[in-house]
Amino acid sequence: MPDEIKSPPPPPPENEKPTADKPATPGGVKPTPFGSVQSETKTTPTETSTPPKAAAPATAAKPASPATPAAKPAAPAAGHPAPPKPAGPVPTPWDSPLVVKYKREYGTGINPLTHLGQNYFEVDGSLIPEILQLLRDDEKFDYCVDLTAVHYPKREKQFDVVWVLYSFQRNERIRVKTQIADGETVPSSVPLWATCNWLEREVYDMFGIKFDGHPDLKRILLPDGWKGFPLRKDYGILQQDNEWVQINLGIESGQ
Amino acid sequence: MTDPRSISPLDLDTPDKTFLDANELVINMGPQHPATHGVLRVILRLDGEKVLGLECVIGYLHRGVEKIAENRTYTMFNPYVDRMDYVAAVSNGLGYCEAVEKLLSVEAPPRAQYIRVILTELNRIASHQLWLGTHALDIGAITPLFYTFRDREEILKIFEKYCGARLTTHAFRIGGLQYEAYEGFESDVRNFVSFVKPKIDEYEELLTTNRIWLERTKGVGVISGKDCIALGVTGPVLRASGVKWDIRKAQPYANYKNFDFEIPTGENGDTYDRYIVRMMEMRQSLRIIEQAVEGIPEGPIMAKVPKVMKPPVGEVYHSIEAPKGELGYFIVSDGSTQPYRVRVRPPSFVNLQALDVMCRDQLVADVIAVIGTLDIVLGEVDR
Repeated sequence: MPDEIKSPPPPPPENEKPTADKPATPGGVKPTPFGSVQSETKTTPTETSTPPKAAAPATAAKPASPATPAAKPAAPAAGHPAPPKPAGPVPTPWDSPLVVKYKREYGTGINPLTHLGQNYFEVDGSLIPEILQLLRDDEKFDYCVDLTAVHYPKREKQFDVVWVLYSFQRNERIRVKTQIADGETVPSSVPLWATCNWLEREVYDMFGIKFDGHPDLKRILLPDGWKGFPLRKDYGILQQDNEWVQINLGIESGQ
Repeated sequence: MTDPRSISPLDLDTPDKTFLDANELVINMGPQHPATHGVLRVILRLDGEKVLGLECVIGYLHRGVEKIAENRTYTMFNPYVDRMDYVAAVSNGLGYCEAVEKLLSVEAPPRAQYIRVILTELNRIASHQLWLGTHALDIGAITPLFYTFRDREEILKIFEKYCGARLTTHAFRIGGLQYEAYEGFESDVRNFVSFVKPKIDEYEELLTTNRIWLERTKGVGVISGKDCIALGVTGPVLRASGVKWDIRKAQPYANYKNFDFEIPTGENGDTYDRYIVRMMEMRQSLRIIEQAVEGIPEGPIMAKVPKVMKPPVGEVYHSIEAPKGELGYFIVSDGSTQPYRVRVRPPSFVNLQALDVMCRDQLVADVIAVIGTLDIVLGEVDR
């Protein structure tokens, strides 16, 4: 453990925290110099009434684990006032003149949300080319920062395709998200933003999502003969390694 | 033995069709080429010395960083980001840590922020120095390499004293810093600033008005601001084309809004302007460091973050101004200890796409100059 000289004491543990990090807290029991002898005393955890001097090994067990019965309830009471963990911030509807305009036009086809101070549209797949075109031309989102995908194998529509857009004029960043099923294609954004050329190739390379109208859709980071799409969740890294080693080196992989 | 009479006489009127006469020639540059800064393979289509078009073949250094992230916890993945742009590892770490902090809704304490800014700006200077040395070497000026590496060493010494590593530093932690600034950190930084200021003038003396340098860089690899935006090119390349845009000013992260500095821009978008912009950026970085080192507040260096990090469900995109351009992290959390998806938006990868546009109708020798001026790191292109 490296030294944290000026840092505050570590926050209260989640649940299964090893108590070795904070030996002095629970129940006001003093840490003893015998704290290192822990292993042999684990079988007798309940000997709380014995004076510390008389049974040094027993008290030494206290920093280890289920120490005194008094210490157990004390720790959660002090550290965790609210046991049900807060789920964290959730996406809330995003409101702005831009949203009002688009919402009026497209209704339920788009779902504007904001999360952690970042705005995004969830857009129906069929509206994607239209929305992207409008965002670029009318709203001046002239810089496509990034284009990527996320795989959710349990969903019916397995993939999220995400565009990150930025407007120099508005100094604003938004994301456009859509869901597509495996095998579905997405219209290419290369005519809108030239930068999408390589970005779409990378998405194809890693997820196998095809972009309609892309000038040269082929693998970019992986070799042409590569099998499978590595960033899909069902792509096993070990299986790939075993196969490659067997075919190319003719030996059993050590993995 | 053939009958000599059967050999037809030499036809001197119609020229021979050999490959030397062909109008177009397709050749490979790289992947093992000293001037491609790593393993970049460029397939060039040439007409004599003129470049008609080119295609980049990349991926030789692909390590699957984004897949690795899905199999590691948030904390465990932190050192991996240093291995992408390994000449600016500190910036990579800053982007990643801030992205996860955003996901966790925590903020690093002020003292940590100041030390972060100092180290990141030092790293920007180191990155630019390495760029200058190798770029000049590619074009034929050997001396700047020795000058810049000599001075970059002083930055690496500060990194080494701070965290024990010189290149892949892993300097920052999610929530702040692991290490307090060592005894004498501030004086080391101050000494470095006063040491390197005249050195930057020295580099400029060697190059800025050097006739050979001007011939090799002026009007070479021109790209307009409009093309930059369409191609998503960011960083000094974008600024040299006249677009005054820097994420440190446009959407300030860390505590950059506390500091006074300017965004240097160029006009022509050629290799020379990009050189000038980077030189000015080094001076601006020194300005930031000077202000930061005077203002380091006392206090904790680590925010309250759980040891077992489980960011709430959600996704976040956070980007910073890395020495090479916009470095973004798109992180999706499913509420577990491991990120569900980490997408890195690497500036080098996106900037490299402009190589084709910038090299068209230029000479082969200029391709080397343009690769150098784009300042790519293949570790980041391929990830």
